[in-house]
Amino acid sequence: MRFQPIGKTLTCNGIARFTFKGIGLGIARDSSIIRFAPVLSFLILAIFQIIPSQAAIPEDPAFGYPAPPANVVAKDIPNDAGKSIIINWDLSPDDIKENKKFIGYEILRSTSSDTGFVIIGSATAGSSQLSDNETVDGVFYYYIVRAVMGSMFSESPPAGPAASSQQWFHLGRINTLIALLVISISIVWYIERAKKGEKLFIRKIAGLEAVDEAVGRATEMGKKIFYVPGTQDMDNVQTIAGVTILGRVARLTAQYETPLEVPVSRSLVMVTAREVVKEAYLNSGRPDAYSDSMVYYLTDDQFGYAAGIEGLFVREKPATVFYMGAFYAESLILAETGNSVGAIQIAGTAMPAQLPFFIAACDYTLIGEELFAASAYLSKEPKLLGSLKGQDFGKLCILLAIMLGVIIQTSGLYDFTKLFIVR
Amino acid sequence: MRREIPLIITAIVGFTYIIQFFVPHWPFNILEGLLTSWMLIIFAFAIWLGALNLLKVSLDKISKRSRDWPYAIITIAGFLMIAIPGFLFSGGRRFQDPGTAFDYIYQNVYSPLSSTMFAMLAFYVASASYRAFRARTKEATLLLLAAFFVMLGRVPIGDVLSSFLPEGYRMSQMADWIMNYPQTAGQRAIMIGIALGIVSTSLRLILGIERSHLGGE
Repeated sequence: MRFQPIGKTLTCNGIARFTFKGIGLGIARDSSIIRFAPVLSFLILAIFQIIPSQAAIPEDPAFGYPAPPANVVAKDIPNDAGKSIIINWDLSPDDIKENKKFIGYEILRSTSSDTGFVIIGSATAGSSQLSDNETVDGVFYYYIVRAVMGSMFSESPPAGPAASSQQWFHLGRINTLIALLVISISIVWYIERAKKGEKLFIRKIAGLEAVDEAVGRATEMGKKIFYVPGTQDMDNVQTIAGVTILGRVARLTAQYETPLEVPVSRSLVMVTAREVVKEAYLNSGRPDAYSDSMVYYLTDDQFGYAAGIEGLFVREKPATVFYMGAFYAESLILAETGNSVGAIQIAGTAMPAQLPFFIAACDYTLIGEELFAASAYLSKEPKLLGSLKGQDFGKLCILLAIMLGVIIQTSGLYDFTKLFIVR
Repeated sequence: MRREIPLIITAIVGFTYIIQFFVPHWPFNILEGLLTSWMLIIFAFAIWLGALNLLKVSLDKISKRSRDWPYAIITIAGFLMIAIPGFLFSGGRRFQDPGTAFDYIYQNVYSPLSSTMFAMLAFYVASASYRAFRARTKEATLLLLAAFFVMLGRVPIGDVLSSFLPEGYRMSQMADWIMNYPQTAGQRAIMIGIALGIVSTSLRLILGIERSHLGGE
């Protein structure tokens, strides 16, 4: 007869556990032992009655101690502002889905390795990590992780000491810093070249070439131009880009004496847009043509704003509409209404989900980066054009990185994607 | 100084945001939260600017009997209808609490109106799609074909119609392929361009090269 112990012999708080398998096969192969089968059966049953198997959940509280979590490690959380220590552990062998009695873990902390431990937090079953976010930097702490099963528990040996500290640089973001430096330096370098008078080639952007035509059309028709700078506030870079383009458009409307209306959905955008339009009219020598009522507030509410503009479009029947900024679901409502009144429409946004709507409903659409390039493109100012070339250099770098990444990743030489993980 | 001070503030705040991203050490770790709080406070106060402007523009229209002036009456009435119950008739509770007059208007007037506007989108999508999917050029034809497969692939009848095709080539799988590969690739290319555009614009603003948002050249 062969008894085959499987797996490990576990010791939990001094209680030994054994599990056997293959008993039946061993008996069947040993024919001489069949005579003793009833006695052996009794003995085997007796053994299984008093020694629980590894998988069984003990009913007797004396056997209800869970195995403690192993490999408890406490260390300072890297790249943070201090005051945090992370505690990791290996799950208790009793922390299994089938074991409904297993509750979870309690984490105890002390500044001494042997006394004074108090509970500072708990983790549910299946968790193997907890952050202690209430530490004092420079103070060394010890941690115990306690596995709790029913009313019983067992504790790991103290782990540590570990002290939290704050760091001066986030090492997980070094790749972002490098990318930022490369792009920024290239932008500044191209700006310097442009300042020295070097002629820079910028590809034609159809939507921006059509700005003059769109303003001219409204002038000829004697109708209004509406400029919609999106539904977001001045903290959104798309709104800033939209307001910047508004300045260029306002200069044209001032020159052509075309009526301009700018309904906005944010108070700060209204103030900024007024300043920009006022300045444009002043610079064009038409301060008398400017009025504060050209830029007015409708509402902060997304669909209220859309409804307001729809009404204005239907009543005023503008010849030209510009949509420049950040838009959400209202984009198509606005653009379709503008289309239905026969306005020439130029849109620009960096919201990828709204681009198809604008492309479908507008005559020209500035796609993503073109919105940000518009100000430089329309002004033809060398310093601004230089920044566009720098942007193009950034694109070239990304293109090369993609090609290199495809080759390296496909060949299996190195996990190239690791270089682009930002923590 | 009218332009210099905003430019200096822009530069300081811009660089602060960049530095706090890379430096987790105090005091940089609290700067983002601090600046965001300031921004929210400014936004909260600025709402009065908008509200007062709305009233002023509407009252001007009424007093001058400008074109479409009756709409201005509706605007003012709507404004007062929601503001007065919110300020005065909350019965000692917070104005958004269930059961207040403000909540009643919000639930029974505002929400249905917003939903109506949103629902209209369905019709606009249909009319815009009808125009966009006309096969006038090679590109438009490709768009039409892609839309055809994606739309049919997203409904059960697509798989029923293509059930004679081998597994992996049915409508739903072709739709998934279009969405997962060509569509994702195109969208990512746009996203990369946008990210670079944002970096470039931000740098122009921080360095004071771009000034037109301040009313400058």
